[in-house]
Amino acid sequence: MTDRIADVQAHETNSTRAVIKWLVVATMVALYLIIIPIVFADRLYVLRVLATASVLSLISLGVWLTFSIGRINLGQGGFALIGGYTTAILMTHWGISYWLALPASGILAALFGILLGLGILRLRGVYFAMITLSLTEAVRLAFLSGGSFTGGAPGIPVIPLPGPLSVLGLSIVPDFTRVNGHLAFYRLAAVLLILGFGVVWRISTSRVGWIFRSLQQNEDLSTSIGINITKYRVLAFGICCFYGGIGGSYFAAAQQSIYPAVFGVSDSVFFALYCFLGGLAYVVGPIVGAFVLFICFELLSANVAQEYQQFAYAAIMIAIMLWLPDGILSLRAPRWLVGRLRAGATAVDAAQRTTR
Amino acid sequence: MEQVIVNGAILGMNYALIALGLTLIFAIMGVLNFAHGQMYVLGGFITYYVVTQLGLGFFVGLIASVVVLGLVGLLFERAFFRRVMRTAAREESTMLLAVGTAQLLESVILIVFREKQRSIPAVVSGVYEVFGMYIPAGRAFVFGVAFVALVTFILFMQHTRPGRALRAIAQDREVSTLQGVNIDRYSALGFAIGAGLTGLAGSLLVSIFAVNSGMGTSISIKAFVMVMLGGAGVVSGAIAGAFVLGFSEAAGYAYIPGQVTYLLIFIALIVFLALRPHGIMGKPWG
Repeated sequence: MTDRIADVQAHETNSTRAVIKWLVVATMVALYLIIIPIVFADRLYVLRVLATASVLSLISLGVWLTFSIGRINLGQGGFALIGGYTTAILMTHWGISYWLALPASGILAALFGILLGLGILRLRGVYFAMITLSLTEAVRLAFLSGGSFTGGAPGIPVIPLPGPLSVLGLSIVPDFTRVNGHLAFYRLAAVLLILGFGVVWRISTSRVGWIFRSLQQNEDLSTSIGINITKYRVLAFGICCFYGGIGGSYFAAAQQSIYPAVFGVSDSVFFALYCFLGGLAYVVGPIVGAFVLFICFELLSANVAQEYQQFAYAAIMIAIMLWLPDGILSLRAPRWLVGRLRAGATAVDAAQRTTR
Repeated sequence: MEQVIVNGAILGMNYALIALGLTLIFAIMGVLNFAHGQMYVLGGFITYYVVTQLGLGFFVGLIASVVVLGLVGLLFERAFFRRVMRTAAREESTMLLAVGTAQLLESVILIVFREKQRSIPAVVSGVYEVFGMYIPAGRAFVFGVAFVALVTFILFMQHTRPGRALRAIAQDREVSTLQGVNIDRYSALGFAIGAGLTGLAGSLLVSIFAVNSGMGTSISIKAFVMVMLGGAGVVSGAIAGAFVLGFSEAAGYAYIPGQVTYLLIFIALIVFLALRPHGIMGKPWG
């Protein structure tokens, strides 16, 4: 009898814990999606910075997924460029709606990634890093020499703003030209990031996520227990490229232009750095990394003389790597707080044990 | 056609110096030195400063570049890489640290030397004509110095005690330690030599190509291409990769527009590596 009571109690604490967790998540989503736009509705600069950081996080989430299969991916800038150009070409050459061009950009980037990935994912370690780095440069050069189709060095300068979106007569998104554009792009960025994060979080907690991590540890061993490693690493890379394409498409629409220099090698490198500095062991790592570093960079460019910006930025990055090698998220609450929480937990355990 | 061969050989020889430094650091430390291009640029700027601002001879500039870059390499190894290599749990750490150092070095170059493009006049003037090929004396001079440096480096690696120690570490770090090789000291030495070689390349080439503070990344990419072609961490591979790239670049610039050349080189590289992941001479390693 007492056993059953203890079980029920344990079950209840678990379910209350789950409820609390969901409440926290819901509050954060509400804060991000509803409160921030209301508070900062007139501060366009803040909205723009937050929206940019959100989409940078989205692109980095893809890179994080390739980190989780043990590959250092420095090609994401190239896939963002592919996404941006797909959107630009679909919208300007053929007048297709942004709401079709956005997924098309992601899908095209993913297809390209899968095709390439079949070959280059055989490489590991620094080889993979170097080949993807060259890939970023190759994509840039391809768009640079694409003639009138891609517009050469100046690229495609006049991309229309996204139009209205309605499904079955129900208006979902208003015409971006008629509303506060910054606010509309902020909302779009926020929705994209929440969806993107949800998918990656779901993957990383599912069986597929475990398979990805097994690839990171030992591919030969994974093969030996019957995992089709080619399939799973191409899957991870394809999703990564999809995120890159979606992010690139967003930036093409938000800046209403695309040109080969928008995403270069340094951007590819930064996407990987965001993941690393946030913490590779955490799904929210890339988001934390991107927000902290991008906001740092914006603050620096507002307050520090131009030639010292890059120096300060590099110094911050190196300092994090030297003193927080597992990322910003490896910072823990101060010891007295942890101690108190732990004491509380042991007290509860002890109480439960006595009831048993 | 002959001109393409001459240009390719000169380019290849200089690229070999750049690739050697990168591959040496990689072989010894397992670190892909992203700051390589920036080190090259710094070498160029130091020679420029010594020759035009201080009015000293070219060889003073050359030695200054090598020494300063050697010290930078030493500093990087001691202050950053040694520490992170000891504590880091994942191999990504050192690579991204190298990216950070590249940013740092680039910003220092920008602060000290500003953003203007700089070069120095050719060290030797005149043009040689051999069998209908035109060879500018300045380029022949650069070729000669690079060749001497290359041979010296190989002799050092093959026939001296420190060279042997470095090769041993490249083969197996742990076993070398067991055999009494002082890993810390030789890692620092290897990093310094690698950086010094890059400084030498920058110093030599500043008389042919100008340098500016933003070009480091593109030099790094070229170095990566050479190392990937030849196989990372193998000295002979780096030299082979350098000449392959030198000749393809020279041929490309002679017959097709500039940006398409590099696009084709990258496509060929990706196809090549998909078929042969460890390059021309590399170890079958991931």
